[in-house]
Amino acid sequence: MRVYQFTEQPYYPIWNDHSGSLRVNLLNRRCDPRVAADLFHRYYDEWQLSDELGLDIMLNEHHQTATCMSSTVVVGLSVLSRITKNARLLVLGYPIGHRPDPLRCAEELSTIDVISRGRLDMGFIKGVPYEFPASNQNPVGVMDRWWEALDFIIKAMTAHDEVFNWEGEYFHYRQVNVWPRVWQEPHPPIWTTTGSTTQARILGERGYVMATLGSGYNTRPLYDSYRRGYVAKWGKAPGPDRFAYLGLVGVAKDRDEARRRGELVAGYLRSSGIVHLPFRNPPGFLSAEDNARLLRGQTPPRSYTKDRRVISMHSASVEDLIAAGILFCGTPDEVFTQIVDFCEYCGGMGNLLMMGHAGFLTHEQTADNLSLFAREVYPRLRAWKQPDAEDVAAQAVAQKAPLGAAASARAGNLVGATIAAR
Amino acid sequence: MSVTAESAAPTLVVNGIRIDLVERGAGRPLLFLHAENGIEPALDAIDALAEGVRVFAPTHPGYGRSELPKGMRTIDDLSYFYLDMLDQLDLRDLTMVGVSLGAWIAAEIAVKSSARFSKLVMANSVGIKVGDRETRDIVDVFALTEKEFIDIAYYDPARGTRDYKALPDAEVLAAARAREATARFAWNPYFHNPRLKSRLHRIRIPTLFLWGAHDRMLSEAYGRAYCEMIPGARFELIERTGHFPDHEQPKVFAEKVLAFAGGK
Repeated sequence: MRVYQFTEQPYYPIWNDHSGSLRVNLLNRRCDPRVAADLFHRYYDEWQLSDELGLDIMLNEHHQTATCMSSTVVVGLSVLSRITKNARLLVLGYPIGHRPDPLRCAEELSTIDVISRGRLDMGFIKGVPYEFPASNQNPVGVMDRWWEALDFIIKAMTAHDEVFNWEGEYFHYRQVNVWPRVWQEPHPPIWTTTGSTTQARILGERGYVMATLGSGYNTRPLYDSYRRGYVAKWGKAPGPDRFAYLGLVGVAKDRDEARRRGELVAGYLRSSGIVHLPFRNPPGFLSAEDNARLLRGQTPPRSYTKDRRVISMHSASVEDLIAAGILFCGTPDEVFTQIVDFCEYCGGMGNLLMMGHAGFLTHEQTADNLSLFAREVYPRLRAWKQPDAEDVAAQAVAQKAPLGAAASARAGNLVGATIAAR
Repeated sequence: MSVTAESAAPTLVVNGIRIDLVERGAGRPLLFLHAENGIEPALDAIDALAEGVRVFAPTHPGYGRSELPKGMRTIDDLSYFYLDMLDQLDLRDLTMVGVSLGAWIAAEIAVKSSARFSKLVMANSVGIKVGDRETRDIVDVFALTEKEFIDIAYYDPARGTRDYKALPDAEVLAAARAREATARFAWNPYFHNPRLKSRLHRIRIPTLFLWGAHDRMLSEAYGRAYCEMIPGARFELIERTGHFPDHEQPKVFAEKVLAFAGGK
């Protein structure tokens, strides 16, 4: 298992004084650049520590918000590709459906892949609903733009012996030839996120690393849908390295101190939804059918505990967040057990995106949190044996036959064939 | 996107796209183009108009149950769609009436060809940029809650308020589709086409601007400036209504339209 240390690089000092919106329209007069500079340097220090501890690194971006000062992830990737030595640098993610110029994205990411000597993981995301005011891209059709941008970036990174032409639905170039050429062949690994089983299947067919956030003990159906798509396309089971999960982590030698850290890290969840109501659901972000259900007051539950209680991750207690597999919190022994439990429930999960800092957790607490995790939990996680991927995928394929019996039998045969060949 | 619900309203297929088309009344033909809130709120006005003329009221692609092909993304696309529809129906000597986004469509149609039209009525029309680049001419409705929107768009907010839990499924879905389709057509540039202003001089048919006097989404000054760009266009206020005069004052709205359509 790999573990990526993640912080949103929050500007938390004003979190308790926001008049109902931490995003989009919270005036930047409230941001003191001197405080922001100290925070940025502190977060980079903590990532350098993560690198020294053998952890990998994850960065993201959000816009016009005190929850995340990183408004362009390329800056953080650039700094870290120079000041870290070994860590993988995962961007999760880069909101390419919002970017007007995917050629620029390909150039930036190729450059970072080269400077880091091949340590980049490219996570491309749709982005949260509140990002549209900052890009002013139309939320209607954002995924169509996303797919075209993705196809374009892959082609731009893999075309080495031609200057190519692209005149698509959304993007137009006549002379594409990206310098520098990417370090990793054929291109840096592609990651993305989803909360939809339909999309999960498509991602399985593409073989990308699929990450989920806040899905807790409702994650397995997403992974199984991915597994069915992967098996149908590739004729073998996806390994645990194809799955990633964002979990908050609060670990301490002492159980009470760990709970206190969990409480502080959970501040991320409690602050992330604080935004003026209409920015939470721009038109076209959800389907018209889903919006009709929302108008009727029907909101689908998202987070479940292991014993199938529905919780809201934005307001749940630390104990409920632990029960839901959203927060891993306690002594090193407890945290190890919680993570292994969750991975077994998932049928294998190979990339823990560890939110080891959030909100009001101080630098000293964060450094201790990361160090303790790296020394007392991580080695045991690496030694732990994931569930057998072929067995799990065979169960997923047998469980549901969405394409009819014949297609299911074919997929089953493929799994059977690969198991026999091992 | 196709809509599979059983259709009670008559439908029409234009260029392979199936839309709902209400046809009411008798006499000279009138094309009614509904606003961004869909056709339901306009039905009283359509009935009142049908007492004097033969009304053709299509539901725009993407609204109600009308299909929306993926490639249709602009008001320009809609204007060509309706020009094709009128060729197909072979309607002539039409009065064209639009409200808000529907009036924007009407303007986009009229600058391309007014051959089939004798008169044009534009009510609380969006479609152009009047102020400077740092002046937001049109309130950012996508940054408002529905209640906030109704409070500024309506003279009587109760008229605009809908109880989604009590409405039939089809109307709730239509409301959700209307919001999405409006964003598709009007998100960016916001509720206007930067090219339209320089083309408005091509509208050479008698034109009436109607304006709900209590519209706080769009100012009367905006309406008057827009009106002045169309040669010979006249401007009339309608009292006790906001942005949707067809919805809030259907009788007065219809009287004014019919008087203009019937006059010389």
